Amino acid sequence: MSDSLLLLSLVALPFLGALAASLLATHARNAAAYLAGGVALAGLALVWTAYPTISQGGVLRAEFAWVPQLGLNFVLRMDGLAWLFAGMVTGIGALVVVYARYYMSTEDPVPRFFAFLLAFMGAMCGLVLSGNLIQLAFFWEMTSLFSFLLIGYWHHTQAARDGARIALTVTATGGLCLFAGLLLIGHIVGSHDLDVVLASGDAIRNHPLYLPALVLVLLGALTKSAQFPFHFWLPHAMAAPTPVSAYLHSATLVKVGLFLMVRLWPVMAGTDAWFWIVGTAGLITLLVGAYVAIFQHDLKGLLAYSTISHLGLITLLLGLNSHLALVAAIFHILNHATFKASLFMAAGIIDHESGTRDIRRLSGLNRTMPFTGRLALVAAAAMAGVPLLNGFISKEMFFEEALSADGLLVLPLVAMLASAFSVTYSLRFIHGTFFGPDPQDLPRQPHEPPAWMRFPVEILVLGCIFVGVLPAATVGPFLDLAARSVLGEATPYYSLAVWHGVNLPLVMSMIALGGGVVLYMALQKHLRSGIEGPPLIRRLEGRRIFERALVFLSWRLARRLEGVLGTRRLQQQLRMVLLLALAAGGFAAWHRGVGPGNLVPQGVDPVIALVWVVGAACALGAAWQAKFHRFAAIMLLGGAGLVVCITFVWFSAPDLALTQLLVEVVTTVLLVLGLRWLPKRMDKPGATGVEVVTISRRLRDLAIAIAAGLGMAALAFAVMTRTPPDLLAQHFLARAYTEGGGTNVVNVILVDFRAFDTLGEIFVLGAVALTVFALLRRFRPAPESVEVPEQQRDQSARDAERPDRRDGDTVADWLLVPSVLTRLLFPVICILAVHLLLRGHDQPGGGFAAGLVASIAIILQYMIGGAAWTEEKLRVLPLRWMGTGLLLAGGVGLASLFFGMPFLTTYFAYADLPWIGRVPTASALLFDIGVFALVVGATVLMLIALAHQSVRGHRAERRAETAPRALVPGED
Amino acid sequence: MEFLLALLFGVLLSAAIYLLMARSLARSILGLLLLGNAANIAIIASGRVLGWAPPLVAPGANALVADASNPLPQALVLTAIVISFGLTAYVMVLSWAVWRGKGTVDTEALRVAEPRGLPAADPRDAAEAETLAADLLPTRTGAR
Repeated sequence: MSDSLLLLSLVALPFLGALAASLLATHARNAAAYLAGGVALAGLALVWTAYPTISQGGVLRAEFAWVPQLGLNFVLRMDGLAWLFAGMVTGIGALVVVYARYYMSTEDPVPRFFAFLLAFMGAMCGLVLSGNLIQLAFFWEMTSLFSFLLIGYWHHTQAARDGARIALTVTATGGLCLFAGLLLIGHIVGSHDLDVVLASGDAIRNHPLYLPALVLVLLGALTKSAQFPFHFWLPHAMAAPTPVSAYLHSATLVKVGLFLMVRLWPVMAGTDAWFWIVGTAGLITLLVGAYVAIFQHDLKGLLAYSTISHLGLITLLLGLNSHLALVAAIFHILNHATFKASLFMAAGIIDHESGTRDIRRLSGLNRTMPFTGRLALVAAAAMAGVPLLNGFISKEMFFEEALSADGLLVLPLVAMLASAFSVTYSLRFIHGTFFGPDPQDLPRQPHEPPAWMRFPVEILVLGCIFVGVLPAATVGPFLDLAARSVLGEATPYYSLAVWHGVNLPLVMSMIALGGGVVLYMALQKHLRSGIEGPPLIRRLEGRRIFERALVFLSWRLARRLEGVLGTRRLQQQLRMVLLLALAAGGFAAWHRGVGPGNLVPQGVDPVIALVWVVGAACALGAAWQAKFHRFAAIMLLGGAGLVVCITFVWFSAPDLALTQLLVEVVTTVLLVLGLRWLPKRMDKPGATGVEVVTISRRLRDLAIAIAAGLGMAALAFAVMTRTPPDLLAQHFLARAYTEGGGTNVVNVILVDFRAFDTLGEIFVLGAVALTVFALLRRFRPAPESVEVPEQQRDQSARDAERPDRRDGDTVADWLLVPSVLTRLLFPVICILAVHLLLRGHDQPGGGFAAGLVASIAIILQYMIGGAAWTEEKLRVLPLRWMGTGLLLAGGVGLASLFFGMPFLTTYFAYADLPWIGRVPTASALLFDIGVFALVVGATVLMLIALAHQSVRGHRAERRAETAPRALVPGED
Repeated sequence: MEFLLALLFGVLLSAAIYLLMARSLARSILGLLLLGNAANIAIIASGRVLGWAPPLVAPGANALVADASNPLPQALVLTAIVISFGLTAYVMVLSWAVWRGKGTVDTEALRVAEPRGLPAADPRDAAEAETLAADLLPTRTGAR
């Protein structure tokens, strides 16, 4: 089997298994267990297959392109350390699956459990096999997520939800720090590849960014491995089903932090900073964990704190910066996984068969569960470090390292003390549960579990014994592989043996054993009293601090900040956005400078300059007049628009100038039609105090507006006087005719090169028109704005005065000559539209301009003849125009697919038509006709919908006049 | 000339921003319209003055003369002009709907989604927030 296939299947199999398990029926317990067990065993077999290569000191490596643009590959890499961990993950995983099959109740949705478990296993495999820092962080977060799901598996209980939430918050926050740290390392090294990183230890340690990187990485590792002061999440994670605890807290999740520290040991350790941070965290955790564990009444709680303590021990070993200590650390990782998994399983069996995990209620189970009792006894002895068991050997190594650390007497003393504590809590676990009088009123009558439920415990306990008796023959080679893969040539000589003669570590062990027993006896009274929590540090509850911090961050601080900085006033928000943009732009300008560039400015053209002065004056006038003289403001805005139009001419942009001119016309019509329905002004006469506020607000707005305008003007000036970068435009200019078949480059860009944009744009326009239409369909103008204008009232009054005239006679022939002319102009304007449309591809014009022209023709008829008159003569049906346009434009695009070309590819040729001559025909013309139809439809639809409001308004007015007074309110 | 153009742009933008910050929606609409025009000038100016000939290929030629102006911003602005028109129409009708539904176009008064008094600055709300925070804080529980 090739390396890549092996590694890939090792990572992928669990995930595929998880997917398959998630598809099983809710209560398919056996099928899911077989599936999960099969996957775990297959994983173990794969790991074993790799052994021949690994044992030769080889490294398996597989690379797959991941994000090649960033030089990021998906690298799987298996050396001795990764091999050891992969074996542990799959091996203990298989045992946990067997155990879980019997532990999980038939009422639980077991396939989901196994799906989470397998996915977690896959994430673990991916993590230990990562050959790339980014990938490592990715799988790291994945383990956090799946452990969250596993811990919260019994999500109907509050404890499970809380435990899962705390675990996720702590470990995922750590994961983020880790990610940042790994990125820093990647920055220092210049590569994220693990092999490269591991080869550049000196570069990392001597870099100024070493300390930040170290702290960040350690934040990740220490949170994951539940080190003080982040240890509090682990006991709460005990709300998980016991198989999960056995898996997560022995071999996998919490070991990940240690794995990372071992992995990066060659490049990050060896400094004082490492020693002090890692060593201190480990030391405190070791002692506090062991101390608190003694006073736990819950079996799993006891195991949880003992796990914390053992993790602290390993962390401390890693912090000692000694090669031998590293070997001891790896060894203890292995040993701890074995005895702690079996102890968790034993605790689960006790819970399962007797109904409680409370040591105060349990007692004398040895008589009803003799096998389990003996298994637990051996495992607990290994935890306590009793000779001839695996825990003893690694503890001896620990003592030796503690003694040899330079001149620190505190280390051996703390080591001995913690060791004595571990003896005490191990004793408590065994003595409190299995010995003593027969238990009273247990929820269930205790009995031995099914043989297969005990089987995993038996295997693990056998492991404890074998390793304890024959360390060099059993675990020696594997340990050597792992140590060598980390330390390489620097691997020190060490001896794995039970008997090293009478030396100081042995004496310390004996003292610890004796002291532990004495302590247990001394504490009997206190423990029996059943007081919750450890003495002395009862108040030090990590969780409470954590919750307070969370509530502060997510609730109080957020509210307070919102109270200070936030606003719910829209204008205030707009001002804030503007000020922020100003600050950001100002900072950039101050930082990098903004000034004229290298291009020589164009000479001043007095005519255009004068036009611009007029434009600026129009804009200022509009802003000034907008409040009280809206009509004047609209006219001034039109003036500004025309100046923009002339500016486009100056820029040699005939298409733009044409379109701008037309849009300006249509917009002005729109505003004149539309704005009259909005209330004129909303100032209410108030006290003088209000006015002062208003004036100051206006001044502030003015200042912001001027600052923004000046800033943007400076920016625009700076841009305009700099040589443009390599222009995309050159590409369009060169190919417009040869490939697009048109001589008007702007139009070719619109209907050919960027036709997809144009297609999107006409859809937007269509959507806008439909929305306007829909909003106005049921709209009735507000009663106060339907008032007939003064002029019309005057006219009506005159009609009423004279008996021979009827209402409306005076205005019957209003603007007669212009209206005749306008009607005559209608076909002319339409022909102009068609002309603009047809020549658009080669000369200024095109669908947009033509569409606007045509709609202006129609709107003119409405303006001059009135809505009723026009609609009698001319039915426009704008919705059909729009539909046709969209279908045509989209259809032309799709048609190119039939010819095997990409969407919206243009075809062009010259056709020789009789009478007319050579006519360029491009499929883009059809597209442009689609644009034309849509623009006509959309513009006319909007304007007509607006125009109809005035018809409705007058209708409402007339009805209001004729209707009986009582009926007036509510009408329309 | 560039300086003057930049100045025109600045003035248009200032007027637009001033109008946008007004409390009345009617003035905001006018501001939006002006903003569109200012932005279009900025876009086309960012294409620099490459030449004075319109981007049209002369009859018989295959490519543009070297002196042609930059066609790309022109194409961008062309669509922007039309969209800006659509936007103006849309916002105007939307303001109508607001006026009809709420009887005001004063943005300060438009607070259906976020009524007054919600921020924590209000003491009653602060008290309520504290109660909620107290609920969030779990009671002391053991490892179980």
